[in-house]
Amino acid sequence: MATKTSPVEKAATRVETAAAAAAQPALAARPVGLVALAVVVAVAISLPFFMSGFRLFQFTQVLIYAIALLGLNMLTGYNGQFSLGHGAFYGIGAYTTAIMIDRWSIGYGWTIIAAGLVCLIVGFLFGRPALRLEGLYLALATFSLALAVPQILKYFEHWTGGSQGIVLSKPKAPFGLRLTEDQWLYYLTLAVTILLFVLAWNLLRGRVGRAIVAIRDNHIAAEAMGIDNALYKSVVFGVSAAYTGIAGALSAIAIAFVAPDSFNVFLSITLLTGIVIGGFATISGAIYGALFIQFVPNWAQDISKAAPWAIFGIFLIVFMYVMPRGIAGFLHLVWIRLTASAVSREKGR
Amino acid sequence: MSLLTRFIALLLVSGLVGAGTAAAQTVVGVTATEIKIGNTNPYSGPASAYGTIGKVIGAYFKKVNDEGGVNGRKINYITYDDQYSPPKTVEMVRRLVEQDQVALLFQTLGTPPNSAIHKYVNQQKVPHLFVATGATKWNDPQNFPWTMGYQPNYQTEGRLYAQYVLKNMPDAKVGILYQNDDYGKDYLKGFEDGMGEAGKKLIVMKQSYEVTDPTVDSQIVNLKNSGANVFFNITIPKFAVQAIKKANDIGWKPLHFLNNVSSSLGTVLKPAGLEASRGLITALYMKEITDPQWKNDKGFQDWVAFMKKYYPEGALDDQSNAFGYNVAMLMTQVLKQCGNDLSRENIMKQAANVKNFELPLLLPGIKINTSPTDFAPIEQEQLAKFDGEKWSLFGEVLDAYRK
Repeated sequence: MATKTSPVEKAATRVETAAAAAAQPALAARPVGLVALAVVVAVAISLPFFMSGFRLFQFTQVLIYAIALLGLNMLTGYNGQFSLGHGAFYGIGAYTTAIMIDRWSIGYGWTIIAAGLVCLIVGFLFGRPALRLEGLYLALATFSLALAVPQILKYFEHWTGGSQGIVLSKPKAPFGLRLTEDQWLYYLTLAVTILLFVLAWNLLRGRVGRAIVAIRDNHIAAEAMGIDNALYKSVVFGVSAAYTGIAGALSAIAIAFVAPDSFNVFLSITLLTGIVIGGFATISGAIYGALFIQFVPNWAQDISKAAPWAIFGIFLIVFMYVMPRGIAGFLHLVWIRLTASAVSREKGR
Repeated sequence: MSLLTRFIALLLVSGLVGAGTAAAQTVVGVTATEIKIGNTNPYSGPASAYGTIGKVIGAYFKKVNDEGGVNGRKINYITYDDQYSPPKTVEMVRRLVEQDQVALLFQTLGTPPNSAIHKYVNQQKVPHLFVATGATKWNDPQNFPWTMGYQPNYQTEGRLYAQYVLKNMPDAKVGILYQNDDYGKDYLKGFEDGMGEAGKKLIVMKQSYEVTDPTVDSQIVNLKNSGANVFFNITIPKFAVQAIKKANDIGWKPLHFLNNVSSSLGTVLKPAGLEASRGLITALYMKEITDPQWKNDKGFQDWVAFMKKYYPEGALDDQSNAFGYNVAMLMTQVLKQCGNDLSRENIMKQAANVKNFELPLLLPGIKINTSPTDFAPIEQEQLAKFDGEKWSLFGEVLDAYRK
């Protein structure tokens, strides 16, 4: 790449160094965070050893939702573009995988990558004209996508199987691994999840991430600082759609069936609920949000068969009231309180 | 041993354990006092109008339990909301099978939701009985020996119209309009199979439409011009209205068979015009509970009494409540036949061994029959002609597979 660094980049490097210097005292928290992360990953890896197939299937779905939520959070949380239509990309990803496996007998591993690419392109192309739309208007435009996709799927019956959908087979563990189908699917999904989270972390923590947030906070100022708003916004749209599409692809493999009814408008709204509850513009929030949208509706049903959605609504309101910045924001706040009181105790001594 | 090899060893062991526990026991979900039955229904979401079926079934099982249960066992009916969303159905059915450990699945509702669990339940060898969908694929005992349908499927109905034509109109010229998807082709196949060799000569024209088309007007004109004097109308309500109106407008008066899917008075015949609809023929298998002719029928009155006692919030003009009542009664009969052997194999064997069983809200004369090679319990229907006010039954009960 460039051998000379431009003045802007130099400036940026300087700012970063300064920020890093300022963050030095906080670095004490770093090892704790890393240990916590390691524990979470270790627990995730060990789940298949003590969980039944059904529970494991549920946690596979949590991971799948987490990927989709991370994708949506990039767009809505970090970049400030509202989407009520991410269920559509989830569906496009799922159908890409299902059609490739069903029609052309392509290995499912490849189809996950293909689903990501297809959604990247579709998302980018949708993001271009959507540039002209802001806030609520963009939300409506994306909502139309969520409404249209299930019907479009029925129209191309020859490929999609119409309203009857496409039945797939669950993949068996490869390389002679002695894993059940559920265990293998869980590990596959976990590996994809970790990969995509690391990628997102790198993307959002760096220069690109700051540009994305700058556009959200004040797009005129961002433009003045030399950020290509149009390009960034459409690329973020594409990447966000790709994440959600990969989640859809994994869900097609895990469920082993796709039908237009699987990707209705409610899915898009559920995803939006997930990022708000999990924590707007946070990476870890995707996991909390995924746990919420997977398990809370089930609990609501266990509490009341007659009005499960009323119970779910109460859960939502309580969460929003107690944790206005989502679960991630709440945990962050708790963490700060704890460390602050620890520091003041140190000082008091 | 390094950590990695230990980890891999652990993986292998867990795989072995997993494989060991996967071997299904034959008696599951049954104790001396209880049998567990699992179900999914759309209690919320776009198809929630059907959810009343799941509720009325629960109400009926409560009645059975109040009367002492089946062979001394109470029915523990566990039903979950799947929102008519196939991924949710998979999750809920796995919960029922693996966590709640039900003995069998009963009346899971909807074609896409059942398609999503079809392979799974057959791999797990869980009886998947009397599913609530009209598709023909549930009658496939060779490839899916654990899944069984309930209501007459589209092919069955198509065959019945063909039988009528062959018998009463040997010189018919048949024109067909069908929706170009699984549903339309299912009906068409049933009709063509029923016509057999004669069909090649008698069917003079087939026209299709896509569900996304705006109208079927030109297809109706084509059918008229073909000279057809019998019209088999395989359309969903929106297009059925158009077809009936258009045929009337251009003065085409064939013998008009309208598929049961669009037989509703309120959503099809009234919008199309009651006068234009006069003379339409459809096939029915249940007593229409809003039809005054059943007012003094014992089966109907028992049902009303049941509804008032066990499901007072359920609507008395909703045919779904009659549907659920009937099918729950069939389930109870299968359990009775099982006696004390409630192994999954025997439950399936008895479900495939129902002989000449009658249900109170089926049309008189319609009997339920199953066998190890016949997983379509209801294969009889009766034709009904629209007299300008209501469907009036005529002729005798027809059997789609009578030789």
